[in-house]
Amino acid sequence: MTNKINIDETISWQQITPGGNVCASGNSEDFHTGDWRTIKPVFIADKCNQCLLCAPVCPDMAIPVKDGKRGDFIYEYCKGCGICAKVCPVKAIEMKADN
Amino acid sequence: MSIRERLSGNEAIAFAMKQINPDVVAAFPITPSTEIPQYFSQYVADGQVDTEFVPVESEHSAISACVGSQAAGARTMTATSSCGLALMHEILYIAASNRLPITIAAINRALSGPININADHSDTMGSRDSGWIQIYSENNQEAYDNFIQALKIVEHKDVQLPAMVCQDGFITSHAVENIELIEDAKVKEFVGEYNPECYLLNEKQPMSVGPYDTPSYYLEHKRQQAEGMKNAKIVALEVAKEFEKISGRKYGLFEAYKLEDAEAAIVIINSTAGTAKDAVDKMRNEGKKVGLLKIRLFRPFPAEEIAEALKHVKVLAAMDKTESFSSQGGPLGAEIKAALYHEEKSPKIVNYIYGLGGRDVKVEDISSVYEDLYEILATGVTGETYRYLSVRNQEGK
Repeated sequence: MTNKINIDETISWQQITPGGNVCASGNSEDFHTGDWRTIKPVFIADKCNQCLLCAPVCPDMAIPVKDGKRGDFIYEYCKGCGICAKVCPVKAIEMKADN
Repeated sequence: MSIRERLSGNEAIAFAMKQINPDVVAAFPITPSTEIPQYFSQYVADGQVDTEFVPVESEHSAISACVGSQAAGARTMTATSSCGLALMHEILYIAASNRLPITIAAINRALSGPININADHSDTMGSRDSGWIQIYSENNQEAYDNFIQALKIVEHKDVQLPAMVCQDGFITSHAVENIELIEDAKVKEFVGEYNPECYLLNEKQPMSVGPYDTPSYYLEHKRQQAEGMKNAKIVALEVAKEFEKISGRKYGLFEAYKLEDAEAAIVIINSTAGTAKDAVDKMRNEGKKVGLLKIRLFRPFPAEEIAEALKHVKVLAAMDKTESFSSQGGPLGAEIKAALYHEEKSPKIVNYIYGLGGRDVKVEDISSVYEDLYEILATGVTGETYRYLSVRNQEGK
């Protein structure tokens, strides 16, 4: 099991890794944690002053930062915890029900 | 040349461990397996092995340390008995599902209560569904041979499961008998180096062990684990063949003793098989066609092969040295009945609970089982199928 393999819900018992062992590094990128959220953060770009307090408090990698500026949420990684909304000093993030 | 010695079952296991020279042994003392880590720690102190010996504070810690060290990539083993194995119970499942080929020398002893330190199989039968391979041994020679073979079975790439090598507490663990040991170099060559594909201390290949498994994946992991167990049966036979080359001793999935033309037979595990062979010989001299099947591999359970070996028998007793409190017999009885269920002419089967808590079982006790089987054969009436052997019964009841 020296190569990184992608494990998703289509993988067979023959292909899955023994005991769920993860025999590679840097693969949290492939782990989408955002599929069981009940509320989601909504980014209001107009209110955002790019202070970047939100990005480091995100427990996953739902807030992309490029060239010193944050972009919109990557919802695949967002569990809906709401820490970013709590920390935002200018109320540029609103938590809304996610249906 | 092999080495002729006189050793107890515990000494034989400790000696096998010395020859194997594992990377790590983590153990906690419990009667009657205590002597194994005791003798082994002497080898460590004397510099006869390179093993890291970890004297832990409980059996739960012992097996947890084993899990950690085996996952790190170290060949790891331990020994335990009875309540010690029961305390390991939670982690036994972790070891098996993480596919960590740890080896336990399990010295069979009754589980409390009432508290008792003598031999029966309630301890290892209690872990029969934990995913560990179980190999049972009639005497010190088999315990030694099985322990060495177990290592090659568990570490095989198609298996990757832990194993417990079982023998009866005191009866064989402490009784000194003649034994033929294999030369050090041959044992070392036989077991070879442990080279796992993935291990935590491999700096070239980072790895995570034991992640959370959601309902979307757990079933596939269990199915894969079951395949390892299925493969263990085939691998055990391959290893036995290789082992015969260095030892001259033959091993199969089980031992059939005078079974070929038997009309009445018993199925039995561990040391009482020796007593039962004497009973068989005695009755054969009287012209009775009796035989026995001694279990070696209980997990995986070689049901097809056992059914094939027993299907011609007319009447059969499965002998359980443990209770399951199902009110219809013990675990061996259940397996044997299941194995023979699909045979067109299945033997009549009764199930005896015997020798619990170290109760002595004599040749006459086993002979009485064969007499009971002949009674069933003569009358055609099976009667009660869930029986206690040689239990004191109030008169008239």
